[in-house]
Amino acid sequence: MSYSDKVLEHYNNPRNVGSLDKKAPNVGTGLVGAPECGDVMKLQIQVNPETNVIEDARFKTFGCGSAIASSSLATEWLKGRSVDEALEIKNTEIVKELNLPPVKIHCSVLAEDAIKAAVRDYQQKQSETEQTEEAAVNA
Amino acid sequence: MSVKLPIYMDNHATTPCDPRVFEAMAPYFTEIFGNAASRNHEFGWKGEEAVENARKQVADLIGASAKEIVFTSGATESDNLAVKGVAEMYYERGDHIITVVTEHKAILDTCKKLEKRGFKVTYLPVGSDGLISPDDVKNAITDKTILVSVMHVNNEIGVIQPIAEIGKVCKERGIIFHTDATQGVGKLPFNVNEFNVDLVSISAHKIYGPKGAGALYVRRKNPRVQLTSQMDGGGHERGMRSGTLNVTGIVGLGKACEIAKTDLQEETERLLRLREKLRKGIMDEIPDVYINGHATHRVPGNLNISFAYVEGESLLMGINDIAVSSGSACTSASLEPSYVLKALGVGEELAHSSIRFGLGRFNTEEEVDYTIGRVNEAVNRLRELSPLWEMVQEGVDLSKVQWAGE
Repeated sequence: MSYSDKVLEHYNNPRNVGSLDKKAPNVGTGLVGAPECGDVMKLQIQVNPETNVIEDARFKTFGCGSAIASSSLATEWLKGRSVDEALEIKNTEIVKELNLPPVKIHCSVLAEDAIKAAVRDYQQKQSETEQTEEAAVNA
Repeated sequence: MSVKLPIYMDNHATTPCDPRVFEAMAPYFTEIFGNAASRNHEFGWKGEEAVENARKQVADLIGASAKEIVFTSGATESDNLAVKGVAEMYYERGDHIITVVTEHKAILDTCKKLEKRGFKVTYLPVGSDGLISPDDVKNAITDKTILVSVMHVNNEIGVIQPIAEIGKVCKERGIIFHTDATQGVGKLPFNVNEFNVDLVSISAHKIYGPKGAGALYVRRKNPRVQLTSQMDGGGHERGMRSGTLNVTGIVGLGKACEIAKTDLQEETERLLRLREKLRKGIMDEIPDVYINGHATHRVPGNLNISFAYVEGESLLMGINDIAVSSGSACTSASLEPSYVLKALGVGEELAHSSIRFGLGRFNTEEEVDYTIGRVNEAVNRLRELSPLWEMVQEGVDLSKVQWAGE
């Protein structure tokens, strides 16, 4: 299989590789895929709770070059967006940007899933924090 | 010494034509072009002479007589002719065939087609080392069994099946025994009588000959094996395979066999040394690397290993100046990881992480050194990128994780 220049570029120079503190209340973590399927993506966002803007995004991916490129691109796009805007990122945009062939579309789907999972995790943490704060106020 | 890139280390897929083979073939493209079946002029006689010389060269490599060699277009055709040819010739005697789950598709798909036509096929499972035992064959034989087909050397993991012992079992029971020896003949000592084999598939391009040429050994004595032809026409090759002989390709196959026979010992020792250097250079440096298939019952040029927590296709990208192949689903058209590795019980995660190195005649020690460096660098880089590697370092048991994608 030949890869697009953009996939190769992300593979050779992946953006935002790494991990954020998954216990931090303003960090959302998405872990999607399965080792048996040959793809696992971990995508994390760090959100400013005041502004709801994603200040940092990191990823680690086990998978083919297209999976690595898809998640690398996703972290690039996430930074500076609001949480709501993050949810608007569609896998088809990733396919278009990276020129993914049909057989690699699932990599982009996984990246979209990872974004959604990370946002969900963040929102859940926020609602738990609010509940705890409410409980503290009511006590 | 600098290494010329890219490096070819996929010699199970195909091999380059040896210059000596190419040289032997050259005159048969232009000067000696006669049809070997033209019996009435010198052009034909010269073609026939070349074919008969090659037939002897092929026979000599496997301890057969020249009359037992049928030329084909390659091992896939040889496999088809052997399995379908026996099934159609002996169907009145029985309808049962025994083979192995890790065979090449040329055998498996042929057997599946025969099943549709009413034959019964037993697909023997392999152990975690990729091998079957002769007892497995013995126990699977019924009074309806007409053919046993077990490959000599596996094309993915390089393991060597106990052909001589299986041959003995088949001989005792009077059952025809075929072996697809595409990856074995020319690389390991092979003798049709010592191994008690009745049919042997051979390919030229796996032993430094040209593509499009192959042979099927068909035993003529004890027992005399008969085959129903699959290609009908002018009655070439004693009626077993019609079609004008590919004289040039056959000359190449013959020469390739002759060289393989002469160089076998030396080449085996050299490839074994290179293979072990490659294995140690990687496995001594990198943790969590696993050999697929038996560690020593393996053809000298083969090293098939899985790099846990790193996906195979991404690793191929990381070593893109070295041509190897992977059992990863991503590298196959079917999006399924290697069925051979699955049959060994290798977990799908490790099947996705497998790389097959195929060393051959023209690989050098410098190339092996270069490969070790590149592989280790790429694996380390990709593990830094791998969430699985990170989880394992944190002490997470991956088998206990509930994966979202499952």
